[in-house]
Amino acid sequence: MAEVDETMKRLQNQKGVQGIIIVNAEGIPIKSTLDNASTVQYAGNIHQLLMKARGIVRDIDPQNDLTFLRIRSKKNEVMIAPDKDYFLIVIQNPTE
Amino acid sequence: MMIIIGLSCEGQLYAKMEIVYVYTKKRSEFGRQCNFSDRPAELHVDILPDPSLAANFTVRDPCNVTMQCAEEMSEHEVNTERFESESRGINHVEGGWPKDLNPEDMEATIRYRKKVEKDEHYQNTIMQIAGLMEHCSKQNNATDIYQDFFDDEVEEEVVEESEEEPSAKTINVFRDPNEVKRTATSLSWHPDGNHKLAVAYSSLEFQKAPNDMSFDSYIWDIENHNKPEMTLKPVCPLVCLEYNPKDSHILVGGSYNGQIAYWDTRKGSQPVEMSTIEHSHRDPVYKVIWLQSKTGMDIFSASTDGQVLWWDIRKLSEPTERLVLDPSKKWNLDNALGAISLEFETTMPTKFMVGTEQGLVVSCNRKAKTPAEKIVCTYSGHHGPIYALQRNPFFPKNFLTVADWTARIWSEDIKESSIMWTKYHMAHLLDGCWSPVRPSVFFTVKMDGTLDVWDILFKQNDPTLSLKVCDEALYSIRVQDNGRYLGCGSQLGTTTLLEISSGLCTLQKNEKALVSEMFERETKREKILESRHREMRLKERSRSEQSREDETKDADGEESTEELVARAETEFFHMLEAEKTKERNEEKERDMEKGVCEEKDFQEEHETNGEVASFTRGEISL
Repeated sequence: MAEVDETMKRLQNQKGVQGIIIVNAEGIPIKSTLDNASTVQYAGNIHQLLMKARGIVRDIDPQNDLTFLRIRSKKNEVMIAPDKDYFLIVIQNPTE
Repeated sequence: MMIIIGLSCEGQLYAKMEIVYVYTKKRSEFGRQCNFSDRPAELHVDILPDPSLAANFTVRDPCNVTMQCAEEMSEHEVNTERFESESRGINHVEGGWPKDLNPEDMEATIRYRKKVEKDEHYQNTIMQIAGLMEHCSKQNNATDIYQDFFDDEVEEEVVEESEEEPSAKTINVFRDPNEVKRTATSLSWHPDGNHKLAVAYSSLEFQKAPNDMSFDSYIWDIENHNKPEMTLKPVCPLVCLEYNPKDSHILVGGSYNGQIAYWDTRKGSQPVEMSTIEHSHRDPVYKVIWLQSKTGMDIFSASTDGQVLWWDIRKLSEPTERLVLDPSKKWNLDNALGAISLEFETTMPTKFMVGTEQGLVVSCNRKAKTPAEKIVCTYSGHHGPIYALQRNPFFPKNFLTVADWTARIWSEDIKESSIMWTKYHMAHLLDGCWSPVRPSVFFTVKMDGTLDVWDILFKQNDPTLSLKVCDEALYSIRVQDNGRYLGCGSQLGTTTLLEISSGLCTLQKNEKALVSEMFERETKREKILESRHREMRLKERSRSEQSREDETKDADGEESTEELVARAETEFFHMLEAEKTKERNEEKERDMEKGVCEEKDFQEEHETNGEVASFTRGEISL
C-alpha cells in the first residue's frame, strides 16, 4: 500500500500533472487528487469511453487489446492506462 | 364478289371491288374426298406500283433513329417528412456503488475505498499501470509531439491572383418557420465569431399584415437551418435589429409601431425593456445603430416620422436627444423628411448621415451648437427612398446609396450629384452594402430576387456577378466582417446564406491605391462640372438682368437641344426618301424584266428593313 502511495506521489510531482484518479471496473473512483465533482465526472465519462475504445480495438482484431489511451485537448492531455479491473487516469498539461 | 383491301408499295391503303373468283361443285359430289391436283402457280392479281402517287411524298434523308443499349430505368423522387432531431447529452453523476452501499453515506464510501486499497490485486495492478503512465507522462514533458512545424512558411505563401471566375454559392437557407410568411427586413451578424445571424421579420406592407401573423424574430445558428437558435418575442413586429458590437448578448430592435426594445440573450425571449409609446417614433423605426460611447449603451434610431432620436438603452423611457429632419432648419415636424436609413462611422463619431424617403441624403453634425446647425448639408439625386446608405470602410469620404433603380457613389464634397452611378435597372434596388475587406466591391439586391456583386475596378457598367437568389424580392443584405459570407433576406422570410469566391474577398495588390485614384478622378470630374454649371447659371442670371432679348436668346439656347433633335429627324427622313427613290428606280427596272408582283414584294422584304419596306409598300398601294 505504501508503494502505491509512493508511485502516486511520484506521478503527481511530474511536471504539468494536474490530477490523478484511480477508478475500478464499476466506475467507482477509489483514489483521487481532484475534487469530488470533477472526479465523478471524469470517472463516469472515461469509463464509458474506455469500454468503447476497447471494444473498437478488439472488434478490428480480436487478438488485440487496448493498452493505453491518450486524449489531447486544447487545454490539457488526459492519459488513461486501462487494466482488467482498474484504470488510472492522469490529467497533464503538456509542455508547449 | 370479293372485296380486296390491300397495301400498295407506296403505303396507300385502298379497297377495290373488281377481282372475282367463282368456285362450283356438283351436288352429288358433296361429301366426297378431296382430290388434290397439282398445278402451276397462276397469277391472279398484279398490282403495279403507281409512280404518280409518289409525288405526294418526299424522301426523308437522313433518317434519325435513336437507340440505346442500356437498361430501361425510370426516375422516381421521394421526399420524406422532415424528422426533427435534437442532440442531448447525459451527465454521469455518481459511480456504480454496490447495492448495499449508500453513496450518500460518507463513511461507508470511505470504508469501501479503504477496503479496495488493501486488496493486493489492486496494488499490483496499480503498480503496473502507473509504470506505464509515468513513461507516457515523461514523454509528454520531453517533447511536444503535436508541434506544428513550418507554420511560418505557410504564412509566407503568396496569394495567387487566380484566374477563376467570381462566383457565389448558397450555403444555407433559413426559412421562416411560421405559416404566414413575413419579410425578412433586417439582418445582423453576431459580432464575435459570426456564427449567428439575427433576422428581423415584419410585414412592411401597410395594413396588409394578416391578423394571425406572428411577431417573432429569430436568431439563427448558421449551422442549423431547421430551427432558429433563439426566438425574440416583441410586442410588435421588428423592422430592424442590431447586435451590440461591444457586447454580443445585447440586441436592440426597432419595431413597426415606433418603439425601441432591447434584448439580452441571456435573459430570454422577452425584451428587457421597451421605450414608452409617447416618446417613441410615430412611424416604423427603419434603422437603429449602436453608437460609439464609453458605456457602449447608446443607440440612435430613425423613422419616417421625420425624427432621429438618441437613446440610452438603460433608460428607454425617454430619448436623450432629438433631431427633426426639417430641411428649412425650423424643426417643423410637418415639413420634415421621413428617414429610412442611417449611417454612422465609428471613426467619425460626430457626423452621421440620414437617407430620406424623398431621395435626399442629409448630412448632420451631432455636436452642433444650435439645433438649426445640426443639419449640415443635403445631397440630392435620387428619385425615391434611400434604402441603404453606407460609407466605404476604406475611404470614409465616399459613400454608397441605394435607392430607386440605381446605386450611386458619392463624395462628401460634391453635393450636387453623385460621382459614380450604375445604370437604371429593370427592378428596384432594395438594399446594398460595401464589402468590409475590399474597397472596390459592393453588393446590391433587387426586387426581382437577384443579388449583384459590383467590382468597380473591374467593370463599372455592369455587376461583376449577378445571381438570382430567389423568385421573390430581396429586402435586405448584410456581409459578414470577413467579407466572405453574406446573408440576404427575402420577402417571404427566406434568408439565404451565400459564400462568395475568394477572388471577391481578398484584397488585390494596389487595390486601395487604384480605388482612391478612381474616386479622386470622378470627384474632380464632378467638381469641374459643378463649377461649369455655376458659371453658366451666373451668366444666365447676369444676362437676364440686362434685357428681355437675352432671355429669349437663353430660351433659344435651351431649345438648341430640341433643334438638334429636329435636325436629326429631318436628316433621317431625307435618308428614307433617298432610299425610297432608289427602290422605286430599281423596281421600274425589274418591272421591265419580269412582270411578277409577288417577286417584287419578296425582294422588298429582303432588301430593306421593316419600316422602310412598309413605307414603300404603302406608297405603292396608294
